[in-house]
Amino acid sequence: MSDNWNLWEVFVRPRRGLDHVHAGSVHAPDAEIALQHARDLFTRRGEGVSLWVVRSADIVASDPGDAGELFDPADGKDYRYPTHYELPDEVANM
Amino acid sequence: MPAPASETRQNRFDRVIAADQRIEPDDWMPEDYRKNLIRQIAQHAHSEIIGMQPEGNWLTRAPSLRRKSILLAKVQDEAGHGLYLYGAAETLGITRHELLDLLHTGRQKYANIFNYPTPTWADMGAIGWLVDGAAITNQIPLCRCSFGPYARAMVRICKEESFHQRQGFEIMVTLCNGTVEQKAMAQEALNRWWWPTLMMFGPPDTESAHSQKSMQWKIKRFTNDELRQKFVDATVPQADLIGLTVPDPELAWNDERGHYDFGEPDWDELRRVVAGDGPCNAERMATRKGAHDDGAWVREAAVAHAEKVAARTAEIAA
Ligand SMILES: [Fe+2]
Ligand SMILES: [Fe+2]
Repeated sequence: MSDNWNLWEVFVRPRRGLDHVHAGSVHAPDAEIALQHARDLFTRRGEGVSLWVVRSADIVASDPGDAGELFDPADGKDYRYPTHYELPDEVANM
Repeated sequence: MPAPASETRQNRFDRVIAADQRIEPDDWMPEDYRKNLIRQIAQHAHSEIIGMQPEGNWLTRAPSLRRKSILLAKVQDEAGHGLYLYGAAETLGITRHELLDLLHTGRQKYANIFNYPTPTWADMGAIGWLVDGAAITNQIPLCRCSFGPYARAMVRICKEESFHQRQGFEIMVTLCNGTVEQKAMAQEALNRWWWPTLMMFGPPDTESAHSQKSMQWKIKRFTNDELRQKFVDATVPQADLIGLTVPDPELAWNDERGHYDFGEPDWDELRRVVAGDGPCNAERMATRKGAHDDGAWVREAAVAHAEKVAARTAEIAA
């Protein structure tokens, strides 16, 4: 059948030194064509120097319904931020 | 963990919308919201790919290599816009295959404007200037739409649209600075495209079926009439500047309102063309379906090749 091309997620590195960032998705029957489609779709104006493609089905995502419990261990821990600490006025830069 | 009650999910959804945050695909959302978005994003995607046809018509006849390269790049961008948007729609749980099927069977629409013909080169100017100009007016507020994937696709699209409008306006400027015949050609193109372009913003607010809900959900930020006014206000001075006349006897600056007053588009014509009776409806659909069917063997061959390579790799590994 003509419509069973897989869905791939595309990540683009905009410049050397920067992270790959999710750009969107493409349909392709294999990785090679996924890369070509990603090139044509997301880098027509020099937006990238490197591409990753990953089958969408292979991505494991956290459940947004669980976001509360999943992330609340980080709540109320001001001491993890530099602004939590009081310094003598004489300390100009720290 | 028991599933949160429907009340709680609805509350959470309402809170996210009220706080001007984004709904993401995995979030719970009201079924109406999902359906409304699928309809709107799909229609938008269909419009991008059908929109390749009126301009594709001139690719082989562009007057110079520069114009040809520009037009080719623009038409390629429109294909890209369609793909960004199909991708955004697919995050709502509908497949690409289903979406194309809905288009090909006429159960979903595309923008009415693309049912009009492009008899002269000046139409390439008018489309870029007016049609892409109207699209930009519509699309800029959509960059802040409440559904994350749609908003992100719109950001990408808006970045690319500005060149579309400028290249069109440049064609109009060039024609207006040309011979008397060339200027007349530009004027005729403006005459052809002005009213259909105003209709791109949809029916008047008093008759718009989907507007109110979409405003509540922050999918839409401005009403059809507000966007239409914005477009007229921005475009009329541009026509003046290049010495073209907007084909509307009622058009006049209203000092009190700080806006242009303008005439009423022929809404019967809009209904007629949407219903399928426009000059190019049948041709557009036939071309689209033809391209899909003629490309089937390529898609099938690519799958067969991928399967063969995968089988061979498995054999070697065994
Ligand atoms: Fe577009
Ligand atoms: Fe465009």
